[in-house]
Amino acid sequence: MTVPDNSLLEADFELGFTYTRSPGIIIGKFLAALKQQKIYGIRANDGSVLFPPTEYDPRTAESLDDFVPLSDRGRLLYWTWIDQPRDHHQMSQSFAFAMIQLDGADVPFLHRMLADSPEHLSSGMAVKVQWAEERRGAITDIHGFVSATGG
Amino acid sequence: MDIDLDPIEQFDAPIYHRYHATSSRAITPFLHAMKRGEILGHLSTATGKVLFPPLGACPESGEATHIPVILSDTGTVIGFTTVHLPIPGSKLVPPFTVANILLDGADQACSHLISECDIDEVAIGMRVLAVWRPAEVWNNSLENIEYFKPTGEPLVDIDALQQQCLAKAEQRKEAAKGGQDA
Repeated sequence: MTVPDNSLLEADFELGFTYTRSPGIIIGKFLAALKQQKIYGIRANDGSVLFPPTEYDPRTAESLDDFVPLSDRGRLLYWTWIDQPRDHHQMSQSFAFAMIQLDGADVPFLHRMLADSPEHLSSGMAVKVQWAEERRGAITDIHGFVSATGG
Repeated sequence: MDIDLDPIEQFDAPIYHRYHATSSRAITPFLHAMKRGEILGHLSTATGKVLFPPLGACPESGEATHIPVILSDTGTVIGFTTVHLPIPGSKLVPPFTVANILLDGADQACSHLISECDIDEVAIGMRVLAVWRPAEVWNNSLENIEYFKPTGEPLVDIDALQQQCLAKAEQRKEAAKGGQDA
């Protein structure tokens, strides 16, 4: 194909940063447990339970290592509905980015909330984990959360 | 309590930025010229310098540039780095040498590979010649030049080369001025 000499040229271009990350012992054990469909938080120095676990206390910066088993259920606090997911969301259907507080944890965390439409979501509703079919020891081993009451 | 499991030690966490790029008006003629096997620079009339690769603006004066200048595929090494560690995702097998090459007729150096010689032989002032890929595979990129190889000419005095370049640029600048006045 000959291109006229004045025509602008176009091309797809991908810039990739192919990082490998080392999560450390604490996060590493937390991820290994997720692979076994087990959920752990970690106890902070003031007695509160953090999920996901952190290596260090967010207030005193002391090392933490007292894991606390948590259930796969919690409460939906608030969310943003993603009506048209894009490639990087790795979701073929609409979903919500949600702050969810697991039962037994004292802080919420960010994950996907799965529902047919935003009308099915309400603040405080009971939710439960939907596990990914293939688990590899990553936070995405939790595919998302769904209503615990079936709605 | 502890978790009685071996921790996950590492995992892949790549980040990809996907672009659809369109060439600018300035660089487009350069890219088309590459496909013809021509090396195109831009003359900056404000400084008289020949810019390569031609990005459309003179970094010294800020002037928008568009006057094409065809450059030679021979040049002089003005700096170089030898890479001994493999670069993830790169096709290049270390050790290899990347040089800043001042093409004959240009006032700006470009980076390219040096090959067909021992890496110990690469030197500042070395005269080099482009080795082109077969014309059938030429595309709109500098990759049409596979690498540069030594010409075997004697080393060039870089300071003298700089003075020559500056003198020529001054002449071009004056010529450009004359052209405007006329």
